Amino acid sequence: MNILIDNKSGAPIYDQIYSQIKSQIISGALKENDMLPSIRSLAKDLRISFITTKRAYEELEKEGFIYTIPAKGCYVAPKNVELIREENLKKIEEHIEEIVQLAATCNLSNEDVLDMVKFSLEEKE
Amino acid sequence: MNALEIKNLTKTFDGFKLDNLNLTLPSGCIMGLIGENGAGKSTTIKLILNMLRKDSGTITILGRDNEDNIQLTKEDVGVVMDEVGIPECMTAKQVGNVMKHTFCNWNDGEYKKLLAKLSLPDNKRFKDFSRGMKMKLGIAVAMSHGSKLLLLDEATSGLDPVVRDEVVEMFSDFTREEDHSILISSHIVSDLEKLCDYIAFLHKGKLLLCEEKDLLLAQYGIIHCTAEQLRELSPDAVKYSKESPYGAEAMVLREAVPEGINISPVSIEELFVFMVKEAK
Repeated sequence: MNILIDNKSGAPIYDQIYSQIKSQIISGALKENDMLPSIRSLAKDLRISFITTKRAYEELEKEGFIYTIPAKGCYVAPKNVELIREENLKKIEEHIEEIVQLAATCNLSNEDVLDMVKFSLEEKE
Repeated sequence: MNALEIKNLTKTFDGFKLDNLNLTLPSGCIMGLIGENGAGKSTTIKLILNMLRKDSGTITILGRDNEDNIQLTKEDVGVVMDEVGIPECMTAKQVGNVMKHTFCNWNDGEYKKLLAKLSLPDNKRFKDFSRGMKMKLGIAVAMSHGSKLLLLDEATSGLDPVVRDEVVEMFSDFTREEDHSILISSHIVSDLEKLCDYIAFLHKGKLLLCEEKDLLLAQYGIIHCTAEQLRELSPDAVKYSKESPYGAEAMVLREAVPEGINISPVSIEELFVFMVKEAK
């Protein structure tokens, strides 16, 4: 498992851990029931705060990506299709938002944008 | 359990008062005590060890009151003060022999390992050690008797950057055990920024703040803007500002600043300097 922490990026450190583990679970790099490193050893190996690491794990657990067996450790939860669909829908919405903004700066009409999307969809078929 | 609990601690000297200090260090965590010279860092650590008598308040170390058989408590506490009090004529090897009879849980194997790791010579007298070597010997002793709590007063001062980094890593590794904790004071703030879970700011005997480090870094930021832009921000957002004829720099609360303004990360050092200036 790779986790890269950038102290100078300004992004909260817990968010960096959280999103990197999450994307590795979604991509399948981390498999169902894989054991994750303990919070304490991950914190010490990355040389970051224990509390921060704990917060990232808590967030992942709350969203159902990992589960904890007391006194044993944290594991990757079985893939939740619904959850991943939700994640992807969120991503699509973000991209659409970006398209809308870019279209406005290029003075494209709504029809132009829709045509472009349609064209792209048809091409795929 | 908390490794250290300080409640309403007060101590008055001529011209200095440690005023109603409250600090809690949860077990398994590292807390950094930051303060300028004379802020009360060393006084606090001496009070914890009952080397100074407090005027009022309570101090609990590893679940025991510090006035209740401190000798027994000290078995579990590793201490490094800014002056390592080892007799001048002794060698590291002799120090080991003395400590063997001083601490019940003395671990000679661990001590030898640390001496080698910190490249300390066995047979050189303490008086011939450089300041950095003295510090390293103090650290080796503190970490060789099964301590659960390390109290470190300026333990990284006098060390060169490479050794400081090694020592910081040793401290960090020490807390891989869940019941190991550290209270460390320093004015080399960058070391503490690397190491600590919690940061406490002391200023003139008063606690300015005690907060989780990453939370602090996430809460505050620095902006660079024109003086007019600065005045448009709500006063709640701006914690400290500095204007020059060409623009302004300000420490801000991130959440109170409207979107679109570029906020750069703040370091613990900048945060501390700003806060002390604000307190003045």
